[in-house]
Amino acid sequence: MTVTSPHAPLPVEPPTGCPFDPPAEFGRMRIEEPIKKISLPDGTWAWLVTRYADIRAILGDTRFSSDTTTPGYPLSGMTGGANQQNRGFIRMDPPEHTRLRRMVTREFMVKKVEALRPEIQRITDELCDAMQSAKLNGAESVDLVEALALPVPSLVISLLLGVPYEDHALFQGLTGKLLSRTIAKEEADAARSELRDYLDRLVTAKEANPGDDILSRLIVEQQHAGEITHDDVIGFAALLLVAGHETTANMIGLTALSMMGEPKTAQQLREDPSLIRGAVEELLRFHSIIRNGPRRAATADIEIGGQLIRAGEGVVVAVPSANRDPEIFENPDALDVCRPNAQHHVAFGYGIHQCLGQALARVELQVVLATLLRRFPTMRPAVPIETIPFRTDMAIYGCHELPVTW
Amino acid sequence: MNITLDEDKCCAAGQCVLVAPEVFDQRDEDGIVVLLDAQPPAEQHAAVHEAAAICPAAAIQVHA
Ligand code: HEM
Ligand code: SF4
Repeated sequence: MTVTSPHAPLPVEPPTGCPFDPPAEFGRMRIEEPIKKISLPDGTWAWLVTRYADIRAILGDTRFSSDTTTPGYPLSGMTGGANQQNRGFIRMDPPEHTRLRRMVTREFMVKKVEALRPEIQRITDELCDAMQSAKLNGAESVDLVEALALPVPSLVISLLLGVPYEDHALFQGLTGKLLSRTIAKEEADAARSELRDYLDRLVTAKEANPGDDILSRLIVEQQHAGEITHDDVIGFAALLLVAGHETTANMIGLTALSMMGEPKTAQQLREDPSLIRGAVEELLRFHSIIRNGPRRAATADIEIGGQLIRAGEGVVVAVPSANRDPEIFENPDALDVCRPNAQHHVAFGYGIHQCLGQALARVELQVVLATLLRRFPTMRPAVPIETIPFRTDMAIYGCHELPVTW
Repeated sequence: MNITLDEDKCCAAGQCVLVAPEVFDQRDEDGIVVLLDAQPPAEQHAAVHEAAAICPAAAIQVHA
């Protein structure tokens, strides 16, 4: 039986007229009640944690479990979280988490990702060429989400997974549908199972004819050794796709929109491209797109910041609040691309689950930001900002669409 | 300065390599941290402290 919790729910609405700011309630909570009960959609409750130091303490402590089957795990209100099957190592604890994560860390290390930079540049250039031709052919505006933000990460993941070129259109169509909010639930479900079938066929093809990609390496090194199964390889592919697509796509949209709103900063970056790396860290901090977690369940009684969290209780961590904590970030609500400690952000999480794809996401964002600034210096929103639909309804913040012109 | 690493803790996020590439590298097989210089010169000290501070797995220990 669930008892309806009397607490307020997780705040999600940005302050009126400030779509880039996290919910205003966080500021008050950090001071008055930094670890506070919230109610979840199913009537249960969890702790909401809003201070930077407490959030690092929790995410850095493996007694807070990521396993959604741990008693007290706050599943309610988490998109896709209820899926217990083939949940991937993002929802596992050590030692299984460590074993599986280490099977794929090679492709995501800094130097491997740096080696992909020219390919990522080529992908970005081609998409920008297509935007340019659409405009020359008379389009009044281009939806940057559809034309650039969604395809960049989809094509980059295709590259890593070894999706053959002739399948790119199919793959991109399916991944795009998965993230669309305008299609009916049945259609989204159909796209999900079609994608699953596609990944199944892809893994089967790699088993027959291994190439130079993550899936082939997992098959040859791990599946052949009996460490993982065919279905596990599909699970890896699905996790990398899901974790890397919607996140990177939304950061691309918000990055572009921020630059259009801050022409001085844009000009500064155009004049000194060595600032791009730091700018990407600051944009990750400033936008903190993960709005619904990470989440954990305590497996022991643990005191955090003076509050006792008991075994079996759930925890929801407010990344956007940590990243605007004035204890760590001076003048936190300002976008300052030269902020000296921007890289202390927890936009990629913290602890052993810290984003596996962070080096890749960084390079994608650096390449896209530099390319947009160079090629479209006069880009601006094609509609008033107030009419741009923001994703306050989603676990990952961003804009649903972003019509631009130049 | 003397640096020690706890490889078992490292989750191969690569933050240390971004901050102090002269001191840290990642193993080719699996991205686990490798120490290039356990006693780096003074001009590296700030970067090393920064790497230890942002390492998500607390795998880097800096001794005076
Ligand atoms: C701007 C883009 C991105 C953001 C903001 C982001 C954010 C995050 C966060 C906050 C976590 C931690 C979840 C937790 O602690 O429970 C995470 C984990 C993860 N991310 Fe990302 N991510 C991004 C891009 C990517 C990309 C491009 C990939 C791969 C292609 C990726 C793959 C993963 C994986 C596999 C995990 C699970 C790691 C683990 O549990 O050990 N992410 N990400
Ligand atoms: S920052 Fe820490 S976890 Fe990441 S590679 Fe370096 S030592 Fe390992």
